[in-house]
Amino acid sequence: MSLDAQPPAVGPQVGSDEWVARQAHRREYAPGWVGTAQRASQRIGWWPRLAIAGVAGAALPLLGLGGFQLQVGIDALVIALLAVGLNIVVGWAGLLDLGYIAFFGFGAYGFALLSSSQLGSHGIHLPALLSLPIVMIGAAILGLLVGLPSRRLIGDYLAIVTLFFGEAFVEFTNNVAPGSLGGPNGIISIDPIRIFGNIQFNSNESYYYLLVFLLVAVMAVLRLLDTSRTGRAWRAVREDPLAAASMTIPVNRVKLMAFAFGAMVAALAGTIFAAQQISVFPTDFDTPILILIYAGLILGGAGNIAGAATGALIVMVIYDGLLRSPAESGYLFYGLILLTLVVKLRPWRRLGLVLAATAVLGFAAHAVTRALSPAAVAGGPQSAGWIAAALRDWVIVPANPQVPGNFGFVLLVCLLIAIVQVKGHWRTILLVPTIYLAACVWEARLIVEYSVTRQLMIGAILIVMMNARPQGLLGVRRVEAAI
Amino acid sequence: MNVPAVPPQSGSAEPGPAEPGPASPGSPSRGADGPPGEPVLNLDRLSLSFGGLRALADLDLQVDDSEIVSLIGPNGAGKTTVFNVITGVYQPSSGDVRFAGRSIAGKPPHSITRLGIARTFQSLRLFLNMSVIENVMAATYGSTKAAPWESILRLPRARREEREVRALAEEVLSFFGQRLAGYRWDEPAYSLSYANRRRLEIARALATRPRLLLLDEPAAGMNPVETHEITELIGRLRDERDLAILVIEHDMHVVAGCSDRVIALDHGVKIAEGGFDAVASHPAVVESYMGRDPEALAEAE
Repeated sequence: MSLDAQPPAVGPQVGSDEWVARQAHRREYAPGWVGTAQRASQRIGWWPRLAIAGVAGAALPLLGLGGFQLQVGIDALVIALLAVGLNIVVGWAGLLDLGYIAFFGFGAYGFALLSSSQLGSHGIHLPALLSLPIVMIGAAILGLLVGLPSRRLIGDYLAIVTLFFGEAFVEFTNNVAPGSLGGPNGIISIDPIRIFGNIQFNSNESYYYLLVFLLVAVMAVLRLLDTSRTGRAWRAVREDPLAAASMTIPVNRVKLMAFAFGAMVAALAGTIFAAQQISVFPTDFDTPILILIYAGLILGGAGNIAGAATGALIVMVIYDGLLRSPAESGYLFYGLILLTLVVKLRPWRRLGLVLAATAVLGFAAHAVTRALSPAAVAGGPQSAGWIAAALRDWVIVPANPQVPGNFGFVLLVCLLIAIVQVKGHWRTILLVPTIYLAACVWEARLIVEYSVTRQLMIGAILIVMMNARPQGLLGVRRVEAAI
Repeated sequence: MNVPAVPPQSGSAEPGPAEPGPASPGSPSRGADGPPGEPVLNLDRLSLSFGGLRALADLDLQVDDSEIVSLIGPNGAGKTTVFNVITGVYQPSSGDVRFAGRSIAGKPPHSITRLGIARTFQSLRLFLNMSVIENVMAATYGSTKAAPWESILRLPRARREEREVRALAEEVLSFFGQRLAGYRWDEPAYSLSYANRRRLEIARALATRPRLLLLDEPAAGMNPVETHEITELIGRLRDERDLAILVIEHDMHVVAGCSDRVIALDHGVKIAEGGFDAVASHPAVVESYMGRDPEALAEAE
């Protein structure tokens, strides 16, 4: 029901708390064109929104994305599918399932066994339309089994037990049955997905489109489920299991159902992953991937389907895409700093002063250092592109940046802690050397060690998110019951 | 609900089949329906022990059709424990719980609620992050049947059930008039005031279509006006929805205002039963609340 659509003045008089409710409702929208866009997207309803997002996603390869970027897109879509499935268990049913990644692995290995020469003398080569349902139903049954402890365990205890299950899966595929599962060597030369006899998915483009379609379809299905009795029961169990049981909801059955549905979505993601990679290895299903899925879900907003997908896409594009190509990761790094400054520093005069001071400090420091010892600035920025060219006479990067860079990093952490501790003008003043040092450390070390940097970046983004918008990008604010 | 068509609540303190004369349409005719001689709720020598602690001892308690029974007693007397045993949260150590002639002891909470016993909680237990109307709709899970795939495909049964459930929720919420008016339905439950949260809990309980309603301190934390409203509401629930009601309450205005019968508990034992005036002045009840009068003690010795 839209409050804005109510006829004014006719009917019962507006009470004061109704008025307050309406005002609060209005304030949910941001001012300006952002708010207009928000309101418009609210008005068109959920499935046109989803369709628009799907079409936009499908149009990306037409805009010239290809090769490396397409692979990033495929990875991001797989993780998004997983996050949307995890949202059922964690976001709706409120069950902290840390073994979720194993269902992804089960789907991938299940599909691999049914579509390769791994088993038997000739192998099994089922058509995808047959092996897909088999794998998904198998995952659902496995989900029911793994969910059984949730009848007795909640919270931390369930998390630990399911974490063991996830680790057990990796160990199992690694060690227990090397003959049929390939052990550390995994399963290779898996058939591509082939449907209706002759439509075969064998290029990255085709898998990209398939994944966009599947993500949109799964999101639509889950949206329909969310607004049904099943979805309400899941959320009721999350909010208060005792009250849910007292309101005719069979809590244990509903929890198991959440596990089964989550497992099915994960297995679906696994089959596509296996078919697209043409191979599966135990390490593909280890804890780091689980952390990425959780990061995406939390960043986007647990409990919200669109949020889960968006968060996972953002995390994966940052994690996989930008930070692997130095030129583009610079946009992210400096862009984030600039954005934070613009958002947080007011009035404008102060923002201008900080930026100007940082620029002046950089050029001065660079000039002084070069005068003292040319070797100390001989390194130059290690990133590429026009940003590097612009910063050539600004950042100090020694000829051999490794050790000074490490010291700089430690100093940067100290400065960040100091900034958090001081208040008022001191904070503004301290901001200038901190930004400059951050840029130097970035150009000297972080840009090169991207496997470390991307972890740091994800952590930093989550910290900022936690403070700015704890419910996640698209999440809805939640309150905890004060019991 | 636009007209609060409430017949002035008689505030009867008399037990037994009082109030002769023209009964309103939904008015009770106690003992007329149901198996003859069998009350809606019958606790038969019910005992519950936690280790060495006897929470309830040989408790007998009956609630008849369309009867409002109040359960009073000092803190820790075992009142909420009675509710928890009836609704299946605790299993009785001995004795039986019979509802409409059937034993329900040992059944899980959701089955018991499906049979027709709904409750509210002393410390509110709403689904705070769900909307007001979703709170009520969630309570119809047991009375609907659509499987998940039916809901996904929006098959006829799922659509019909969803329509019915929504209509039921709107009807139940309308029972509370302006307090839970339509503009609040899509707001999250946490945005409600404390008194409205209590009302929403009752609405949620009503959505399970109960025959017996268990209210655990419905007036706790309410101001005098709201307390009066709750007293009237309990009467309306009985008169208009034909419910049997067992209510735990500390506010004696509420107890006096709505009860057909009052039962006093102390240390898990029933110490008095009868009309409000009789129970409120019963020596054992006074003693349980106030402690023993030293002078009376001296005289007795």
